[in-house]
Parts: sequence; C-alpha cells; structure tokens
Amino acid sequence: MTQTPSVRPVSRRGLLTGGALAAGGALAGGAAIAATRSGRTGPPSVPAADTTLAATVGGLVEPFHGARQAGVATEPQAHASFVALTLRTGVDRAALGRMLRLLTDDAARLTQGRPALADTEAELGLLPARLTVTFGFGPGLYRAAGVDDRRPASVTDLPSFRIDRLQPAWSGGDLLLQICADDALTVAHAQRVLVKDSRPFATVRWVQQGFRRSPGVEPGGHTQRNLFGQLDGTANPRPGAPMDAALWAPDGPAWLRDSTTLVIRRISMNMETWDLLGRTDRELAVGRRLDTGAPLTGTAEHDEPDFAATDADGLTVIPDFSHLTRAHVTDDRLKILRRPYNYDGVPTAEGHADSGLIFTSYQADIARQYLPIQRRLAERDLLNEWTTPIGSAVFAIPPGCKPGGWVGEQVLG
Amino acid sequence: MRTTSPNASRRRSAAILAAAILTVGVAGCGSSDSPSAAQAGPPAASANPDAGVLGIRDPWVKAADKGMTAAFGTLVNDGDADITVTGATTSLSPMELHEMTMKDGKMVMQQKQGGIVIKAKSTHALEPGGDHLMLMNLTKPVQAGDELTFTLTFADGKTQQFRAMAKPFTGAQESYAPGHGEPMTGMSATPEMSMSPAS
Repeated sequence: MTQTPSVRPVSRRGLLTGGALAAGGALAGGAAIAATRSGRTGPPSVPAADTTLAATVGGLVEPFHGARQAGVATEPQAHASFVALTLRTGVDRAALGRMLRLLTDDAARLTQGRPALADTEAELGLLPARLTVTFGFGPGLYRAAGVDDRRPASVTDLPSFRIDRLQPAWSGGDLLLQICADDALTVAHAQRVLVKDSRPFATVRWVQQGFRRSPGVEPGGHTQRNLFGQLDGTANPRPGAPMDAALWAPDGPAWLRDSTTLVIRRISMNMETWDLLGRTDRELAVGRRLDTGAPLTGTAEHDEPDFAATDADGLTVIPDFSHLTRAHVTDDRLKILRRPYNYDGVPTAEGHADSGLIFTSYQADIARQYLPIQRRLAERDLLNEWTTPIGSAVFAIPPGCKPGGWVGEQVLG
Repeated sequence: MRTTSPNASRRRSAAILAAAILTVGVAGCGSSDSPSAAQAGPPAASANPDAGVLGIRDPWVKAADKGMTAAFGTLVNDGDADITVTGATTSLSPMELHEMTMKDGKMVMQQKQGGIVIKAKSTHALEPGGDHLMLMNLTKPVQAGDELTFTLTFADGKTQQFRAMAKPFTGAQESYAPGHGEPMTGMSATPEMSMSPAS
C-alpha cells in the first residue's frame, strides 16, 4: 500500500516483509510493474496497457514465483476468496500434476497482470491489484496422490472442540485456492478462471469470501478490525525473522522446506447478543480497549499486557477468562500468523445479522503452535459466548515454484 | 526444444527476439514477457538463437476426449518478409489449417487456402472463432494440463516445433461447412460439460 496516490507503487511491503519477499522474488512491486508494462504485447483485442494501468492500486503486482508461496507473509489484501475443492474420483498423482500445472500457469499470469491462457474475459486480467493465488493441500490430496509420506505431520483433521458447531458445508477440502487482491472484481475473475480450469479434476466444496479495509483507507501496517469492532491480529509475529520463525519450515526435504500450514475456521459472530453488552463488558471479554487495542493494563496497542496487575478490589485488571489472557503467547516459534477476513452475509427478515470472521492461522506446525492456543480458548475464553466456529479445515501450503515450475512439484513430482 | 536450421535471411536481432518469445511459450508456466522470465527458459534457446522462424506466444490447445480439437496462440513475425505457415503436425492426430468464415449468414469453419500468412513485422492470432490449427481425429484424449508438441511447416520448407498446454474450454463453438467432416462434438474437457452455443 502506498501512502499517497501520487507515489509510484514502490513496495513498502518489501521493507515490511523483507524475508518473505526476498524469497518470493527479487522484483519490488514497482520494478515488476515496469517490466509488465513495457513488456506487454497482449492479443490485439486487449487495449493498450498504458492507459488502463494508470491507477495506483490496480497496477500493483506481488511476485508469484519464489521459494515460498505468496499470500501468506504478504501484507493482507482487501478482498479474499477461499475456494475449497473436492477431488473427483480417480484423480491421481498424474492428474494432480496436470491440474496444478494448469492452475499454476493461470496464477502466474493473472498475478502479474496478464490474462490467463484462453481467458474469455481477457480485459479483467490486466489489473492485478496485488493479486495472489495461494495453493493449499488438504489431507485428502496426499491420499489421492499416494504420497501420504509427504504430508506434513500436523496437517490432519483437528480434534473436535467443545465450542464447535461445525457444518460440513464449511469444512474440509482436498485443495484450497486462496485468492486475494485489493479489488473484488480482480478476485472474482481469478476465481472464475481457476474454478473453470479445476472442473475436469474437482468439484467445488465450499467458497468463503471476505473483506478487510480497502487500500488507502488506513495507512499500511494497521491491525485489521473485525465486525465486533475489535482490533484483530495485534499479537501477530512481527515481519522479518520473528514471522519467518513462526511460519516456515526451515529445513527438511524439498516438499517440506519453505512450506507452512493453514487452519481456516469460519467463526460466526452473534451480533445480536454482542449488542446486549456495554462497552466495559466488551473490553473485559477481550482484555483490550476497543479504541486503541491496548491491553487493559496499557495505553498502546503493542504494550505488553500485565496479567498480574490488580484493581482496587484485588481482581486482575485483565480477567483470566479474557481472550487476551487465554491466547497470549510470547515465544515467536509458538506464535501463529492470523490473516483474517470479515464476512457479512444477508440479514434475516427480522434483521438479524449473518456476520463473522474467516479466521486463518498460518504456522509452521499446527500441533506445536495452533492447537495449544485453540485448546486454551476452547476451554475458557469469554468471547466464546458470542462466537461459534461453524467451519474448519486444514491445509499444507507447499513451497513455491520457479518460473517454468509448478506449485506442488516437490510433493507430486 | 528442437528447431530447424538457422534462417540466414532473417536479421539476427529479430531472430533472437523471436527465440526469446518462443522460450516463454515453451516454459508454459505463464512467466511474463519480461526479460527475467525469458532468461529462465531452457538453455537450448539461448544457445541456438537463430532457431525460430516465428515467435509463438501463449500457445494452448483445447482439451478433448476424442474427435477433433484445435490449437491456438499468437504467431509473431519480427522479420522483414512475410511468412506463410503451410501445415501443422502432431503425433496425436492429422491436422489441417482452418479459418472461420461467414456462409449463408452463419460462421462456419473451412480449410485455409494458401496457408496462414503472417505479414512482416506483425502478429497473427490463432484463436477460437478465427484461424486455428485443427486436430482432425484424436488417437487418444487430450487431457486438461497435458503438454502437446506441434510442428509447423513453412512455405520455404522449414519447420519449427512448439509446445502447448491443454486447457478446458467451452467457448466459441464452431461448426463445419456442409460436407466437411462432422460437427465438433466431444470437444469438451469433461463428459458432463455441455457445449454452450456460440456467443
């Protein structure tokens, strides 16, 4: 995100997430655009790029090729679509290789502002708006391909939690396409292209679409707010070495190194019962102030919480049932990266909201990082009173690929 | 990648450019037209820069279980002389060069008489609804994601190979001129995917 529209799209993300971007490709956003623009010689039916790419946001490009997939350490884009696919019967290792070559080709083109091959709406492929396409492999994919020995050990169905009210319509999946961009039309077109090319191999199991603040609405690097009005993601590991330690498998065989994992949970938020709470109770439930996101013992968002501090009555200032207390982790290797998106469906006839969060947690190891936090939250987190997990799925995010390669080649090749 | 002997009549710089573009197409991973992507192509291309007669950009072939299908892409002629493609071959099917034309108020497909001419310093699109390389009778399915090798023959007798990825594609349904083979059925990527009418 650039700070002012007049600034050329030189990537601030490159500074913020240096390690990941360096791994993702040497080109900064600006350089990538320059190359794309000067090098484009699209089919005659596509209008000249120079006029259509004048806008700042639309022309921004995230690298596609690299050791690690984009869309994880990437500064979150405004719009996301998570598409979970179920492989058709008989789709084996060879078929998956063909499928992922096809989808990788689509992603490599569209993310760089070029129409997909045989793109029937080629003009919609010209404004990437930081489009990323991230591929996730569910446990079923490894089984179908007969490569279960290459499945990261923690990528397996989660244990069930007391708070879960999971619906099959939002759960599971063999292959995940995570499509993110700063423009909803760009996301829609990429989803259409990728789903069309998936049809010979898979059916659509579920799609979750969500949003965050649009680019330019806030300065970059701000923590996202959810529909309860809470800052969400304050405790994320800082970009650079801390985030790298939390996210990426540092070594191991080629199918594991530079991979990460994703837990995606659809969390329904009960706006009606949340409405019954006053501001003080809302802040006690979370352990943070709603305006600044500061812990109740501090004044700024990133102040360290003081769980021992007590008030005049001798009670801890931050209740031990608060979300902050239950979720708190200090060791970077045990942290998770949250990259959540809000969803906001159609209210009922009575005006009751269908709102919630597409909660995404990325970590090197689900068992080491996500599960301990989730167990503490499920056991005792006051926020559970107003939130209900209604969907759940786990995926490995395999390593990225070089130009000419395809995502998944280390697993399926 | 195997190509023909160098074309001495073509300026070297143009041939290098054509080879670079061809390399991108052959990479098949959608890497961009940028120099960095071209450098990532097979070393053979740079070691043999005069090889390509034409640049072939964004080649693809329509996935099909049986019968007929077609290959598409953009032919790039950076040279100073027109180039004529007179034929195309692949191991999977006999091939013909086709065009679409209006007959009795209807778009129909027919053989392109005299081949496909790419004017000097210009490009020529092979696309659904337009000129294309027709596979007449598949001996085995072309599955989505397959990579096929094609050989183009030119008027001067030279040949050039390129590879194209198979895409599921339902658009721009074409029909034959009367008496010219059977209608193009069975070209969908999956059996349950019906062919929608031409748009």
